[in-house]
Amino acid sequence: MPRLLGVEIPAKKKVAFSLRYIYGIGPVRADQVIKEAGISPDLRAQDLSEEQLNKILHVITEHKWVVEGDLRRELTGNLKRLQAINCYRGVRHRKSLPVRGQRTSTNARTRKGPRRTVGVTKAKEA
Amino acid sequence: MARSIKKGFFVDYHLLEKIEKAAKAGGSKKPIQTWSRRSTITPDFIGHTFSVHNGKAFISVHITENMVGHKLGEFALTRVFKNHGGMTRKEI
Repeated sequence: MPRLLGVEIPAKKKVAFSLRYIYGIGPVRADQVIKEAGISPDLRAQDLSEEQLNKILHVITEHKWVVEGDLRRELTGNLKRLQAINCYRGVRHRKSLPVRGQRTSTNARTRKGPRRTVGVTKAKEA
Repeated sequence: MARSIKKGFFVDYHLLEKIEKAAKAGGSKKPIQTWSRRSTITPDFIGHTFSVHNGKAFISVHITENMVGHKLGEFALTRVFKNHGGMTRKEI
């Protein structure tokens, strides 16, 4: 299996599709890569030559695309910044509630997770 | 939609005046009281402490470098969340 950018091991798929397994490379960038590296769109990832792999790497670094670990670090860095300065968006992230002003009376399940009913249990007689 | 870069940051004029005055006064770091939640924080704000109105009271906000580009209002929350269904365990 070909290795790209450290741990990246795309499968037996066509290059344009296996490249998408790299964090930070989606359909658009993958297509751009094979175009600029001059790789046939029908070529499978396992059939890539050493030279072609280098070409792919070259394209990615040339565009200065932030990819994999760096990208992940950037995102968590952004989050940390928001939370550290105590702004509204940071607070919403901390409480894992929607950040961009969506309603929370209903919906917002993606952020809030599965429903938890907060029923009022009746006070027991002493 | 984001604000056009051409226009630059929006800062209320009266707030700019206050900051200028405070910068001239130097030494005494008295908080700058303001109602202008809509003003963007620019690099001139760094190091100053603001008392930002939240509709009811003034929240003191110390501006650091990280805050540039946000609005003052983002740091003075306007809503208070009191918990849901708190009367459970207390009564037992």
